[in-house]
This record gives sequence, C-alpha cells and structure tokens, in this order.
Amino acid sequence: MDAEAAKLLGAGLAAIGCGLASIGVGSVFAKFLEGALRNPGAADAQQGRLFIGFAGAELLGLLSFVVAALLIFA
Amino acid sequence: MAAEAGKVDPMHQFTIEPLFGTENWQIAGYHIPFTNSALWMAISAVLLVLFVAGGMKRQLVPGRWQMAVESFTGFIDGLLAANVGPAGKKYVPYLFSLFMFILFANFLGLLPLGVIGLHAFTFTSHFSATGVLAVLTFAIVIIVGFARHGLHFFSLFVPHGTPLVMIPLIFVVELISFLVRPFSLGLRLFVAMMAGHVLLEVLSSFVISSGNANIGLFALAGLPSFILMIGICALELLVAGIQAYVFALLTCVYLNDAENLH
Repeated sequence: MDAEAAKLLGAGLAAIGCGLASIGVGSVFAKFLEGALRNPGAADAQQGRLFIGFAGAELLGLLSFVVAALLIFA
Repeated sequence: MAAEAGKVDPMHQFTIEPLFGTENWQIAGYHIPFTNSALWMAISAVLLVLFVAGGMKRQLVPGRWQMAVESFTGFIDGLLAANVGPAGKKYVPYLFSLFMFILFANFLGLLPLGVIGLHAFTFTSHFSATGVLAVLTFAIVIIVGFARHGLHFFSLFVPHGTPLVMIPLIFVVELISFLVRPFSLGLRLFVAMMAGHVLLEVLSSFVISSGNANIGLFALAGLPSFILMIGICALELLVAGIQAYVFALLTCVYLNDAENLH
C-alpha cells in the first residue's frame, strides 16, 4: 500500500471518531433531559453546565475531523 | 466552479484572496492585502454597530428593535452574573462584543448571497481568526488573574484538598488543561463552522452533478440531497448560534477562574 492510499484510509478511519462523539453528545442531552424531567424546577439553572458538557463532548469529535483534514491536506 | 472540472472542490470556498487590487500592499516587507476575510470582518462589525445603535434610543416603552438589543445585553449580563458573580459586571462590554461579533459572522456566512452572485465568506471558519479571539480571552484571563491574585494565581493548578503526594502530578495535569484552553476554544468554533460549510457544499455538489447526469439519477440522489440540504441549513443556523453561545460561556467560565480561583 502506498503512502497516499494509507493517508486516505486513515482519514476514513478518523470518521469513526465523529460517530463516537455523536454518542457522547446524545448522552449529554439525554441525561440532562432525564434529570430535567425529574426535577423541572432545577433544570433552567443547569443549562450552562449542559452546554459545557456538550462543548467538551463535541470538541473531541471535531478533533477527529481535524485529524482527517490533516491527513488529506497536510 | 462546478462546471469547469466536472468536480466540486469543497475546500475552494475557504480561499482567502486579496480584493480591490490590493495584491501588492506591503507593510515592512510583509505582504498585507485587504482580503475577503477582512472585508467580511468589517461588514459584520459595521452591522453590529448599526444593530446596537438602532437600539440605543432609550425609550421608556421600548420598541421592537430596542427590545432585541436589550434582550441580548440582558442575556450576556445574566450569563456573567450566573458564572462569575458580581465581579463579572465589568466584562459585559467585552463579552457582548465577542458574542455578537461571532454570532453576526456565523449568520452572515450562511446568508444565501450566492443567488445574486456574491460569495458570503465565513471568517470564523479560519483558525487565524478564531485563534486570535481565543488568545484575546486567554490573555485577559492571565492578566486579570495575576493582577488580582499575584503569585497566588498558581493555586488554580492545585485544587483544595489535594493529597501532598499527588500535588506534582495534579499540578502538571491542571497546567496542561489550562494551557490548551485557547487552542480548544478557537479550534471548536473554526472546525464546527468549517465542517458545516463543507457538508453543505458536498450535498450541493450531489445535487448539481446528478442533475447534470440524467433525470433518473436526479430523482434518486439529487432530490433527497436537496431536501436534506434544507434540513442541514436549519441545523447550521442552530450550530451558528450554539457555537457563539459556547464561546461566550467558556469565556465566562475561564474569567471565573481568574476572578475567584477555585
């Protein structure tokens, strides 16, 4: 296998990271909704923490995009 | 650009090019032209000033425009009050400008100006732009932290109640997590905007090339892609708002570290 093919394969494999991050983002919102429906009074105050968790989970998925972009273009 | 090669290059939309014949502008030997990125930064800054100026009439009974501006300032005010506390009041101007600048940039980049032949450029899809915004926040955190707490600021890296043997390890871990903040802050905004625009371009290339091929292929692949594109556009509007919000929110969290340690 030549280097160019290996790079493209690696970029494709990096897409697995996007899928895994989607599980993470889904889990963040699912758990928030679960808790919010149990105690709706406390839900609004926790929205900031919800988005901090979302940002953390999302960033790690976006890193896989960066890896793919680096493999293809760098 | 779709027609000439028969193939759409999704990265072409991010090309930075000099405008208005400024290719040869030089400052101290460096090549510094007025680019399309700079043009759209200027446009979003001007629109932001116009938007805020329209709401500064201070009527006793606010009209719609004043209400819109006041709900944005109230939102930023509430965000800082919830995350930083009373000490956060002085950051309202900075955070408001930062949030609104990013929000306007994200939304301007999604405007369908292509139908009249203009190319809406999203400068937040470049790390050079978002990185500077992130470094600005990081610099404020460091300056405020050292100005308020002096060398005591380093206690940020050793949380309360850490066992003595763990201190060297925790210090290194916390230091690294502190130092990657500007990268993660800028990277998140830039990749989220760039990935969305690439996705839209790829889907539109499906529509164009299947439409050029034949009617059967268009019904099979082009039409579903087109319907999906409408949905993705709505999602991109959501992402544009959320990314601006997340940038502002994380800036708040970092400012809280500088103001109150932890």
